[in-house]
Amino acid sequence: MEIKLVKDILAANNVIAEQNRQLFSQHGIYVINLMGGPGVGKTTLLERTIERLKGKRRLAVIEGDISTARDAERIAAHGIPVVQINTGGECHLDGNMVRGGLEQMDLAAIDLLVVENVGNLVCPAEFNIGEDTKVMINSVTEGDDKPLKYPLMYQVSTILLLNKIDLLPHVTFDKERFCVDARTINPRMEIIPLSCTTGEGLDRWINWLEERAGATGA
Amino acid sequence: MHEFAVAQSLLEIVEHEALRHGGTPVTRIWLRIGHLSSVVPDALRFAFAALSRDGIAEGAVLEIEEVPLRIRCRACAGEFVLEDPCFVCPQCAGAEVELISGRELEIDSMEIADGDKTR
Repeated sequence: MEIKLVKDILAANNVIAEQNRQLFSQHGIYVINLMGGPGVGKTTLLERTIERLKGKRRLAVIEGDISTARDAERIAAHGIPVVQINTGGECHLDGNMVRGGLEQMDLAAIDLLVVENVGNLVCPAEFNIGEDTKVMINSVTEGDDKPLKYPLMYQVSTILLLNKIDLLPHVTFDKERFCVDARTINPRMEIIPLSCTTGEGLDRWINWLEERAGATGA
Repeated sequence: MHEFAVAQSLLEIVEHEALRHGGTPVTRIWLRIGHLSSVVPDALRFAFAALSRDGIAEGAVLEIEEVPLRIRCRACAGEFVLEDPCFVCPQCAGAEVELISGRELEIDSMEIADGDKTR
């Protein structure tokens, strides 16, 4: 006997993501799902962001890694709330893992929550966690061919940060081609080239964030 | 690699449904996977076979239909199937296109063993 189902395989995750979203909305929290490969500078970007938003927005961070609490320790050193989630092998965060992290946070004391996903250009794109926006970060040392190789990630993200542009003179990276390829996959994608080392481009990123994440209680 | 997570969700749906039908073994599962989704069919089959071992869905065959990447252009109203994820209208070069299909990760139906194979 055949049983007709017609159902999203990840429906159970989407239900939890929606519950997270309602929780965020009740507390007026703007939530970013920060995604990118290993070593592109996700945690460093967070550190620079924390420094610049200190006193203006109440930030909190959820760190997703397969193992270790190294990233959480780096964030905690800046004096903001951080929860480390170790996925124990899973290559992405899902709605349920993030929900577990939220239970350890004082949601009433947060304006902006950044969830740093596991370093990976494939899997995190398929799993909603209840975020407002998916933010992607690439770096010039990875090569300019990434958009065409990992299209889904670019398709689901609203904004693309291109990090380490201070290294452009030293690497073979066609910035024009990279931007054109990213925009063929996602024509509305905003692209911000920046360097977490020199600070170039960071103002534009911070402005982008401040426009979206309100300062309800800062 | 997230095929294991996808296979686990699939297994939960399938086992839940099979239990509602008296715990009959599941023999076949029809899936629809979009061209743009990042699931690799063989990796999904491998993960499902490993996770379903000793359960009522052990040995079930995954029939995977790949759903093409289809877009509609808001400017010229044309509909196109794309091989590559280039979200620009092939007819008028408009960038205001909407995705009609290609993101699917769906279970369409499943078959349980009662000898009746009619759809």
